[in-house]
Amino acid sequence: MIQIVDLHKKFGDNHVLRGVNLTFERCETTVIIGRSGCGKSVLVKHLIGLLKPNQGKIIVDGEDITNYRGAKLFRLRRKFGMLFQGSALLDSMTVGENVGLGLRHHTALGEEAIQERVKSRLALVGLSGLESLYPAELSGGMKKRVGLARAMALDPQYVIFDEPTTGLDPIMADVINELIIRLQKELCITSIAVTHDMVSATKIADRIAMLHEGRIIFDGTPEQIRQSKDPIVQQFIQGSASGPIKPV
Amino acid sequence: MANPLAFIGRKSISFVEQVGGVIFLLGRIFKSLPKLFGNFGLTVEQMSQMGVSSLPLVLLTSVFTGAVSSVQAAYQFQDFVPMRYLGTAVGKAVVIELGPVLTALVVAGRVGTSIAAELGTMKVTEQIDALETLAIDPVPFLVTPRFIAGLTMLPILTIMADFVAIMGGYTVALLFLDVSSHTFLSGLKMFFHFRDVIAGLFKAFIFGGIIATIGCYQGFQTRGGAKGVGQSTTRAVVISSVLILIGDYFIASLLF
Ligand SMILES: Nc1ncnc2c1ncn2[C@@H]1O[C@H](COP(=O)(O)OP(=O)(O)OP(=O)(O)O)[C@@H](O)[C@H]1O
Ligand SMILES: [Mg+2]
Repeated sequence: MIQIVDLHKKFGDNHVLRGVNLTFERCETTVIIGRSGCGKSVLVKHLIGLLKPNQGKIIVDGEDITNYRGAKLFRLRRKFGMLFQGSALLDSMTVGENVGLGLRHHTALGEEAIQERVKSRLALVGLSGLESLYPAELSGGMKKRVGLARAMALDPQYVIFDEPTTGLDPIMADVINELIIRLQKELCITSIAVTHDMVSATKIADRIAMLHEGRIIFDGTPEQIRQSKDPIVQQFIQGSASGPIKPV
Repeated sequence: MANPLAFIGRKSISFVEQVGGVIFLLGRIFKSLPKLFGNFGLTVEQMSQMGVSSLPLVLLTSVFTGAVSSVQAAYQFQDFVPMRYLGTAVGKAVVIELGPVLTALVVAGRVGTSIAAELGTMKVTEQIDALETLAIDPVPFLVTPRFIAGLTMLPILTIMADFVAIMGGYTVALLFLDVSSHTFLSGLKMFFHFRDVIAGLFKAFIFGGIIATIGCYQGFQTRGGAKGVGQSTTRAVVISSVLILIGDYFIASLLF
């Protein structure tokens, strides 16, 4: 279980997070929605200590990790897998080396076992046989899926997906949705997904949380969000240009 | 710029911050040295890259440096100093000063910049964050191999540069300055101290550390996109060149 308590983050004068309170339950998939630039990526980066808050706490499995550094932080990160919004593949390495990177560093697996694991993870995201290509030779959607395979290589307890389906065709997007659902059902993985894609959100989410102006303004099941009376929430999930949120 | 005092204040704070940042990075490098053997392949790769990419330019610069030091020394000697000291002058100048400093400046331009650009690009495309997320410390993985490569390759390049520069000076003396081979070589040997070579290589060792550390530090400090990478690259070469020249003075005053 991860608890975010009264989290504040500023970049200079830009007060991005203004007191976020949110809990991610074990074996649940929580989807975070919100407008572009509202701070979703910033929020999830706090969970693994890539950003430090100005105020507030992050508690993972009962440990307050807010001020973790060095070895403690690395130990914490072993529990996590993360798919970056921009995939963030190491461009000096092949697809296979990217996916196997964590395995090579953190396990005593032999070369063959690593290859085996890399193969199975790539198969999971529909990219079998691309081990020897470099990231520059892949399309955006393929990079995203390699990023997914890399995030899951070490069998993490928590997986953070920053826009897992953006840039994928609808069919592949659904493959990824199914994959996230399967991870949760079969392996009891706690998933945290950031997305703009309401179809994907309603399909994979046990809970949807909406971030708006630095706070969580809604937190509930997909059913509850559909019935929400909050005009801001309604405008967002219906994707309408008119309403309380001004587009510009 | 309205208040010059505030401007100076801001600049000094950022200067102190940078110095602190570099020292902190050096600390992390030293702490990761015991793990070096885990990343031995990466280190060897960096060493060969550094050597191969800068060797042609280093050799070219050295030949002409040696040649010009021969010509200049001969011109200054004219009728006052006998030509048998020509070899001495060229040898000393190259081994103590020109070899290590010019090699370092060339490598700063060739390799220091590419380190900053490479790590800077990794930084802005979140590749370094991705390493962190995989619980891989970017310092032993990216910085230490480059640091070790700098420390070892600069002296090696300097030895080659010294040799080629002296050959350049020798050739010019023979062909254009009417100095016989015997005169030049006996002058070269006359005051040749092994200590000078060691001092020159010690400088090169320090300069190699400077180039790699500043390149990596600037890479890690990169903000923004392509423009930020460009700025880091420029800063890496400017700062390391300045530090090389300042460091050269201090090492010289310590050793001689
Ligand atoms: N490293 C940083 N330094 C300074 N400002 C930042 C940094 N990262 C993000 N920001 C700012 O924080 C705000 C939120 O950015 P964030 O990337 O979290 O948005 P987002 O909700 O993920 O948007 P999108 O849906 O477009 O990905 C933006 O205003 C951005 O400019
Ligand atoms: Mg984002």
